[in-house]
Amino acid sequence: MAEARNQWNDERMDRIISVLLRTGVILSSIVVLIGGIWYLAESWRLAPDYHTFRGEPSNLNGLRGIAKGLFSWRGRNWIQFGLVMLVATPLARVAFSVFAFFKERDWLYVALTLLVLSVLMFSFIGR
Amino acid sequence: MNVLLFTLLIWICSLGAGLLGSLTGLGGGVIIVPLLVLAFKVNIHYAAGASLISVIATSSGAAAAYVKEGYSNVRIGMFLEVATTLGALFGAYLVAKVSPSGIAIIFGLVLIFSAYLSLRKMPDIIDTRPPDRLAERLRLNGDYPTAKGLKKYTVRRVPIGFLVCNCAGILSGLLGIGSGALKVLGMDQAMEVPFKVSTATSNFMIGVTAAASAGIYFRRGYVDPALAMPVMLGVLFGAFIGARILPGATTKYLRVLFSATIVILGIEMLAKGLAGKL
Repeated sequence: MAEARNQWNDERMDRIISVLLRTGVILSSIVVLIGGIWYLAESWRLAPDYHTFRGEPSNLNGLRGIAKGLFSWRGRNWIQFGLVMLVATPLARVAFSVFAFFKERDWLYVALTLLVLSVLMFSFIGR
Repeated sequence: MNVLLFTLLIWICSLGAGLLGSLTGLGGGVIIVPLLVLAFKVNIHYAAGASLISVIATSSGAAAAYVKEGYSNVRIGMFLEVATTLGALFGAYLVAKVSPSGIAIIFGLVLIFSAYLSLRKMPDIIDTRPPDRLAERLRLNGDYPTAKGLKKYTVRRVPIGFLVCNCAGILSGLLGIGSGALKVLGMDQAMEVPFKVSTATSNFMIGVTAAASAGIYFRRGYVDPALAMPVMLGVLFGAFIGARILPGATTKYLRVLFSATIVILGIEMLAKGLAGKL
């Protein structure tokens, strides 16, 4: 009985993860595409220059910077926002797994998944 | 060359990389960096940033399909993600400590090694030994669909697999690649996970691994939106087409051809790095 319930949970978990991942990829691609067309309309005439590394301005790096950058209404900033949405997709998947393992009362995996989640968070907000 | 032409060219090349990567199962990410660096003279940091983004896109897209088919093992994936994400974090920090030439040299070696890995044969092991205690405690054993119904498998040598995946994570963070080949090696060679389960689970892990470096990549300014845009959309579209035509395609010669390309790119990267021309 317990086995059957876990089975059902595992399957259901897989299905939700599948939908979650697909939705994240599609939504972020749409934002990146719109931002991309916008960017090309603005700057198609310029000469590309990626030979030397200069880093990115503050409105294109860091979560707060990218969020603020949206209101500068430029294509580049919206692409960057779409890219952050894309990166958030696996993060959301891990966050959902914490919940799913919790539902299955699999404490070991709740702990492991929380560890992975905190590594991901640290990457974004740590120093 | 103006931005429009540059963007279109990169989009087309990325589409080709994504298509080949998905048809051969080697992933397109591994040739994006050498392509951008060697053909488009893009700085290796920007190239790695764009590649890392495309890796997250294709891995999440493919994982969505794999998870549904029941090949991937969520527990093996999650357990090994502890190793890969910690490695990826470390690798992303390392980028600032290693010179661009050094990165190119490591990249070259990884390319040549992954071409070698892709051509090896992988017989599925028939297993009659008693189950491994650590694997049992971690509940890593599972089953997967075959032509003859569900087949059970037992996992072994967990610490070695963990270590290999840790290295895969470091390389992923340092080079902006998915390092799926190394993850598969850790699973099917060290842990004796069936090849199909290994590849599906590795795909599942790649996105999370890459996301662990992505935060640092964003903060350090390695991700340029204008460059990452055509790369991401191109690789994703190419991989999508590849997945559509895969069932009918004969991939053996394509695999050899793609591996040869990877070796050539690896030698080029190695030469650039050794000459200190980056």
